[in-house]
Amino acid sequence: MTALATFNLALRALQRNKLRSLLTMLGIVIGVGAVVAMVGIGNGAKAQVEAQIATLGQNVILIFPGSSFSGGVQSGSGGVGTLKLEDAKAIADEVPGVVAVSPGTRVTSQLGFGNQNWSTSVAGEAPEYFDIRQWEIVGGAGFTEQDVRAAAKVAVIGATVAKQLFGEEEPIGQIMRVRNVPFQVIGVLKPKGTSIMGSDQDDVVVVPYSTVMKRLSGITNLRMISVQCISEERTQAVVSGITDLMRQRHRLGQDRENDFMVRSQQEIAEMATATSKVLRLLLGAIASVSLVVGGIGIMNIMLVSVTERTREIGIRIALGAHGADILKQFLIEAVTLSSLGGLIGILLGLGTSTLLSRFAGWPTLTSINAILIAFLFSAAVGVFFGLYPAKKAAALDPIDALRYE
Amino acid sequence: MPPVIQLQHVWKTYRSADVELHAVRDVSLEIGRGEFVAIMGASGSGKSTMMNILGCLDKPTQGRFLLDGCDVSTLDRDGLADIRNQKVGFVFQGFNLLTRTSALENVELPMMYSRGSLGSREMRKRAEAALAMVGLSNRADHHPNQLSGGQQQRVAIARALVNQPALLLADEPTGNLDSKTSIEIMEVFQTLNEQGITIVMVTHEHDIAQYNKRCIVMRDGVVRSDSPVLERLDAKTQRAALENA
Repeated sequence: MTALATFNLALRALQRNKLRSLLTMLGIVIGVGAVVAMVGIGNGAKAQVEAQIATLGQNVILIFPGSSFSGGVQSGSGGVGTLKLEDAKAIADEVPGVVAVSPGTRVTSQLGFGNQNWSTSVAGEAPEYFDIRQWEIVGGAGFTEQDVRAAAKVAVIGATVAKQLFGEEEPIGQIMRVRNVPFQVIGVLKPKGTSIMGSDQDDVVVVPYSTVMKRLSGITNLRMISVQCISEERTQAVVSGITDLMRQRHRLGQDRENDFMVRSQQEIAEMATATSKVLRLLLGAIASVSLVVGGIGIMNIMLVSVTERTREIGIRIALGAHGADILKQFLIEAVTLSSLGGLIGILLGLGTSTLLSRFAGWPTLTSINAILIAFLFSAAVGVFFGLYPAKKAAALDPIDALRYE
Repeated sequence: MPPVIQLQHVWKTYRSADVELHAVRDVSLEIGRGEFVAIMGASGSGKSTMMNILGCLDKPTQGRFLLDGCDVSTLDRDGLADIRNQKVGFVFQGFNLLTRTSALENVELPMMYSRGSLGSREMRKRAEAALAMVGLSNRADHHPNQLSGGQQQRVAIARALVNQPALLLADEPTGNLDSKTSIEIMEVFQTLNEQGITIVMVTHEHDIAQYNKRCIVMRDGVVRSDSPVLERLDAKTQRAALENA
């Protein structure tokens, strides 16, 4: 019998029991649908996180103050100023592979312009900060080393601040108040969007670090140090170089823990994607269980079908069908059932992820590979679970089968 | 040309646990081309086993069986399937047509399983010709449940003929039919036999055996008698008589 004729035969057999075929497919439909939707959501989330990580800059290493231990009192992480301006300078001068360093301080301040006011975080940074974070200044310019030395009252503002404080007005050249100190706006930053932590990165004012220390807060401890590394490959070496240098500078003995934290961009990315990885694995496990259950459903129905059609099988064998013909017939039926379920499942999965991205606002990213694999897997489920019933059918004795009532 | 059927010292023994049952004991017989043979016997006489052996559904335990000169005893499962497909046409008591499948497609079925398959157009042509031989050209698209018992059996006969087999083998072909329809079916067989087709049928009805040319009676696995049918009935005149009565 030709493959086409056998396929036709399978389709007709499935059509005869439409409801039964549909119900049998359901397990596969749900399994494949879950896989496709899950991969779509997982990829979307991953792409979003990666895009957010990319807003950190390129080959960035961040150093935060850690907990310090003095006189039997352990301070909380970041609680005590353990990072000094000199640390930043030493990193820039002594660690090989470091391209740029920016010491960072933060102070939350009330901004004012005309009758508008806005409370935001004012970041004190070095001029290199914009390069390290690959943060383009779309209007005006950044501040200079000169401004740092002079503790100049100049500010580069984020897109959110520009909108809230100046509205439609051109901010560059305007004088705004920061804690009632007049600052000249000299640049506006390109919008970066939400950070991995979910905060608005554009709600910021960047000024020279010296200005924050001398004119706004008076605090000389650093909140973080941003470091740019020469290449991705060197990151690990630079991280350990910084760690060694800092331990030495802070005079930490063998038995003392670091009083600072060094995080590379890759580490931050890994931490951010770790949860979604677990979620993906979990959903993947559920989907495979569903596929296996669906496969068992197919096997069950195929066994029922073989029993029901014992006489038909007997007739076919009596009229000259080889065992292989019968095997093919039932195997193709099972595979048709499971791949049809797979196709419906793919549509269902695509529909689900489209709905989720439209109404729940989840980012989804459809992968052709995942769809192909899901489809092939559903077909494979048909082969695997259809084989036993088909073998049973092919091995029937025509005399017994013809006598079967 | 070899005889259609040659049985040489054929035994069929069924073994269960510790009992040996000889369903067929040392049967030797020949059936030539163009014969029309009835195999009779009570249940348990071995006639069904004989039927299965002649139809190549089963192999003899001992002895040789040559069908159309081909030694069946040596064939494997697939070999037997091919022999059934090419050399034997089956007609069953229960018609055994595929349900929800048109008469034409039922008749095409044996050709589907022929090695070196025919084209679908050629299959259709042959199936239509076979249906015409049994007078059912106008019912080609009907499904079995839309046909009467007699018509279903004729579709089965057309299916048996479609691969031009050496032997038409009928197992109680009139068993499920009323007497009038039985005579109609016998008329079909007689007409086919007149065209030179070899027919062997198993029956337990004496009056049906009367339409055959030769009658073999079996009992306890052996052939008790093997003789030409005297006072042979002609289905056409019987039917006419029945209709006039």
